[in-house]
Amino acid sequence: MAAGIFRLTRAEGGGAAAAAALALLIGGTLLAVAWAAQGLSGLGPWDWRAVWFTLWQAAVSATLSAGLAVPVARALARRRFPGRAALVTLLGAPFILPVIVAIMGLIAVLGRNGAINAALRALGLPEVSIYGWQGVILAHVFFNLPLSVRLVLQGWQAIPAERFRLAASLGFAPRDVARHLERPMLRGVLPGVWLAVFLVCLTSFTVALALGGGPRATTVELAIYQAFRFDFDLGRAASLGLVQIGICVAAMALARWIAIPAGFGAGLDADHRPMAPGGWHRISDTLVITAAAGFLIWPMAAVIARGLPRIPALPPEVWEAALRSVVMALISALLAMALSLVLALSLARGRMGWVETAGMLPLIASPLVLGTGLFILLRGWFAPQALALPVTVAINAVMALPFGLRALIPAARTLHGDYGRLADSLDLRGWARLRLLTLPRLARPLGFAGGLAAALAMGDLGVITLFASDRPTLPLQLYQLMNAYRMDDASGCAVLLMAISFGLFWMFDRGGRLA
Amino acid sequence: MLEFDAVRVTRGPFTLSADLTVPTGARVAVIGPSGSGKSTLLSLVGGFLAPDRGRIRVDGRDITALPPGRRPVSMLFQDQNLFPHLTVAQNVGLGLRPDGRLSDPQRARVAQVLEEVGLEGMETRRPANLSGGQQGRVALARVLLRARPLLLLDEAFAALGPALKAEMLALLGRIADQTGATVLMVTHDPDDARSFAPQTILVEGGMAHPPVPTGPLLDNPPPGLRAYLG
Repeated sequence: MAAGIFRLTRAEGGGAAAAAALALLIGGTLLAVAWAAQGLSGLGPWDWRAVWFTLWQAAVSATLSAGLAVPVARALARRRFPGRAALVTLLGAPFILPVIVAIMGLIAVLGRNGAINAALRALGLPEVSIYGWQGVILAHVFFNLPLSVRLVLQGWQAIPAERFRLAASLGFAPRDVARHLERPMLRGVLPGVWLAVFLVCLTSFTVALALGGGPRATTVELAIYQAFRFDFDLGRAASLGLVQIGICVAAMALARWIAIPAGFGAGLDADHRPMAPGGWHRISDTLVITAAAGFLIWPMAAVIARGLPRIPALPPEVWEAALRSVVMALISALLAMALSLVLALSLARGRMGWVETAGMLPLIASPLVLGTGLFILLRGWFAPQALALPVTVAINAVMALPFGLRALIPAARTLHGDYGRLADSLDLRGWARLRLLTLPRLARPLGFAGGLAAALAMGDLGVITLFASDRPTLPLQLYQLMNAYRMDDASGCAVLLMAISFGLFWMFDRGGRLA
Repeated sequence: MLEFDAVRVTRGPFTLSADLTVPTGARVAVIGPSGSGKSTLLSLVGGFLAPDRGRIRVDGRDITALPPGRRPVSMLFQDQNLFPHLTVAQNVGLGLRPDGRLSDPQRARVAQVLEEVGLEGMETRRPANLSGGQQGRVALARVLLRARPLLLLDEAFAALGPALKAEMLALLGRIADQTGATVLMVTHDPDDARSFAPQTILVEGGMAHPPVPTGPLLDNPPPGLRAYLG
């Protein structure tokens, strides 16, 4: 018989308070945006073009990522080769790779002075440009193809080995396997993959800031930034924010119908593998894997090759920015961990669906919208300069919440189911319960959540750009170096940023595993 | 004395009523068909479920509104009776102080009860390094240490083999004698009921019946129990 809960315990009270604070922060900010917007009449044709571009580029990026993921995942599912495990692990890396670093990598390969254009020039062919809509989409595919491959690969490995055995015993050709086993699986998995990428690309800011712009490659997030920074037209920024909220809410409504799979975590080391046809299938699989690995590794290798030797010579302001960013990322991570732990624990006790809804609120509020709203709310009291860093820390913590909750809620439910009654019957409460039961049992997902939050906060180049800051974060410093065409310093800075982001993730995750 | 005073609980289509008393120091088996509400009865005493109506009293004191850890009750579950990340001594020590900060005399007391259940020198082991029987002994050592007037067993030891289960029940009997505890034991095994519990509460048809002598009940079961026993 399920144990009922009949008292509002301290954990539940804490969870309710945290959820209420979160709802107040995000809801209040959105209200401020809506109030300042005074409708959508202030938006001109330029702004509506940004809306169209946002939807169009997200759809194209999602279609390309999901479509290209299928052959790569199939090749990875049915081939075994040295380095396969490392490659699959590497596919998870873009999730915590700072966006601005990846953009440096793409510029190093595809920029005007990159290897590809050098080769094209040598052959007398026209050059390609990474700036504009094609660059935005390329960068989005760079980030989301690996994630999509992991999701589709999970789908492949979820097909029971017995099915493939049966197919083999019935003498299925690859075409038959595709029809009877693979296509039904893909029909189940691909809509969720597409939607996951689509959602991420809807709020894309950094990519559009660095590679897009102009009438044909401006996203709504970028338009908010431009209205805010260049025109200082708060009303228009708020109107655009309202549009962005509308787009996100509509997309979330879509997500109610299509289950979005979780893109990280365990489950990619299953032992069985589907039938591996030989002949030209083997050759094409090899080509596909090589191309995908090259697409992922080449830009990063190019940045590292250029930037690594440069690190010792980096100017002192870069090191100052690095230190500042690390401190901010640590605070964000601790905030995110505490918040998601409190929310997950009270959710595990059940009966409070609205707490989970509050935890997912950050998904409808993009960072730039929150930044605009907080600025509107706080401008009477504080100077924008003074707001830049605290607002960035707070928004990064909030933005990491949905990921933290995804890792912690199942673990907290298990903990409650397994040991909740024993702990209650022993009167294990408060700090003693946290110290003796909760933290030791949840150390792993908590460390993972903290690592994600720290890495995401470390690499974030979003809200901070709204507030002209004389105390830049490391990603902002990198962006400023790029804009000043100091590409050697920028490369060194990128390597430093990447190393710190991965280092922070590793530290938290490892800490959780060892605890 | 444990008293159910016109207790009634409803969860969807499921209801359970209990109006009965169990005398102090009694050993009572709780038997009945699956889903009849045996575990529910124990959850009501343990504080994991609140009755919709009625009161529960122990030695005249109303415990209906007390949280689980404040009740004069020790409870053993079918599994998960130990925290796997804590040592044997820590697991037992929680019975004395839930915050785990033991004084030296308390530590000595933990060592003493471990010796009494035959686990001397195993203080620093973790549950994963113990056999099933040893894990049961650790849980019983904690019960001994807490010495609460009521002891509830929700199919504890059900996963152990017959010999080991008999050994655990014998140890349980000694501990109950030593602490003078009243024991309520949910079991699926009529033999356990016969060997350990002179009295039995039959839970059937939405109702927990007052305890009756175990032997006659099992020898001449009412129709519902007969179908269950087979």
